[in-house]
Amino acid sequence: MAYWMQGILSFAAAAGFGIIFNAPRKLLFYCGIVGMTGWLVYSYIDDLSNDPAKSSFAGAFTVAFVAHLMAKRFKMPMIIFSVAGIIPLVPGGSAYNAMRNVIEKNYTVAMEYASVALIISGSIAMGLVFAEIITQLLVKVVGRLKVKP
Amino acid sequence: MTQDFELAVECCLLAGRLMMESGAETYRAEDTMDRMAISQHLTQSQSFVTPTGIIFSGSNSLPTRLVRISNRSTDLERIALVNNVSRKLVNKDITLEEAYSELVSIENEHKTIPLWIQIVAASIASASFLLLYGGTFKDVPTALIAGGVGFSISTLLEMKTRVKFFAEFLAALCICLIAIFSVTWGLGSDVDRIIIGSVMPLVPGLLITNAVRDLMAGHFVSGVSKGAEAFLTAFAIGAGVALGLSF
Repeated sequence: MAYWMQGILSFAAAAGFGIIFNAPRKLLFYCGIVGMTGWLVYSYIDDLSNDPAKSSFAGAFTVAFVAHLMAKRFKMPMIIFSVAGIIPLVPGGSAYNAMRNVIEKNYTVAMEYASVALIISGSIAMGLVFAEIITQLLVKVVGRLKVKP
Repeated sequence: MTQDFELAVECCLLAGRLMMESGAETYRAEDTMDRMAISQHLTQSQSFVTPTGIIFSGSNSLPTRLVRISNRSTDLERIALVNNVSRKLVNKDITLEEAYSELVSIENEHKTIPLWIQIVAASIASASFLLLYGGTFKDVPTALIAGGVGFSISTLLEMKTRVKFFAEFLAALCICLIAIFSVTWGLGSDVDRIIIGSVMPLVPGLLITNAVRDLMAGHFVSGVSKGAEAFLTAFAIGAGVALGLSF
């Protein structure tokens, strides 16, 4: 699918989740933007590397990083922006396939899908952690630069 | 002067409770309470927040208070409002009494987005996910209906019964049945993608992010319990889908 189409769809999905989670109405547009950037990075890295763990890490990192920037800009809690953006990255497909194969009694295939889902969830968590630490370091460095001169 | 401190403790507790009820991270609730307490000269305050209760002690001489958090929902706007009040209080833009009355009015008067708009949003999100995961335009109407129905079932049942796992389980089951029937009647083409797309509004996204962030901040009790809640919710969805598929 073309990237502009994916952009529109992921924007709609993230903004929709903003409404479901009752985000402040003024910020719905920015929730959508966060979700869109996250998904586009995820999709681009996925095309390049074809490895769901890498692309989920990159997507989650982008979502959390952009959400931190927005949180600083609007002086709002960071989760308002990140929650809607994380959801498209959740490994719904692999979890579903794992469940489906359990029902069809293909337990080995089910285990394969389940471990993929587990690895993807782990890389999403790692992406969140890395973005958090890097923004904390950035804030410290920028603060020091501002104080010095 | 003692009167003043009591109101300050009350104000901190109310802010913390509102934040936890709307689904804020544990460390944010603790941080907010501590900042508010310090701005009211309660420099020795200690707070311990878990997803189900708050223990807060203002100072050595004041009694320690315990507040139970019975119902938790997701309401990002309320988190933002409480955050705003605490920011204003810490910057001395408003007095303690004004802050307390603002918090009380947030608790009583704050309105969420109407349910039907949320349902429409859930349908649109489901259809978008269907297309993002490689579905065809033929399946869009089914995903719209299944997503909306699933989301409304889970929300309404959760309001009525307060058993979240059962609500999610039934919603996933209904989504699965709608998808299967639409494909048998020739209205849709791909059962798998319809189900994956429509189940997305039920995914516990807030719990996942909060669990990770709480674990990072060193709040192991709440991090692990939120992680367990997210896992159980995901398991309920999976079991619902599995039951539907096995027919």
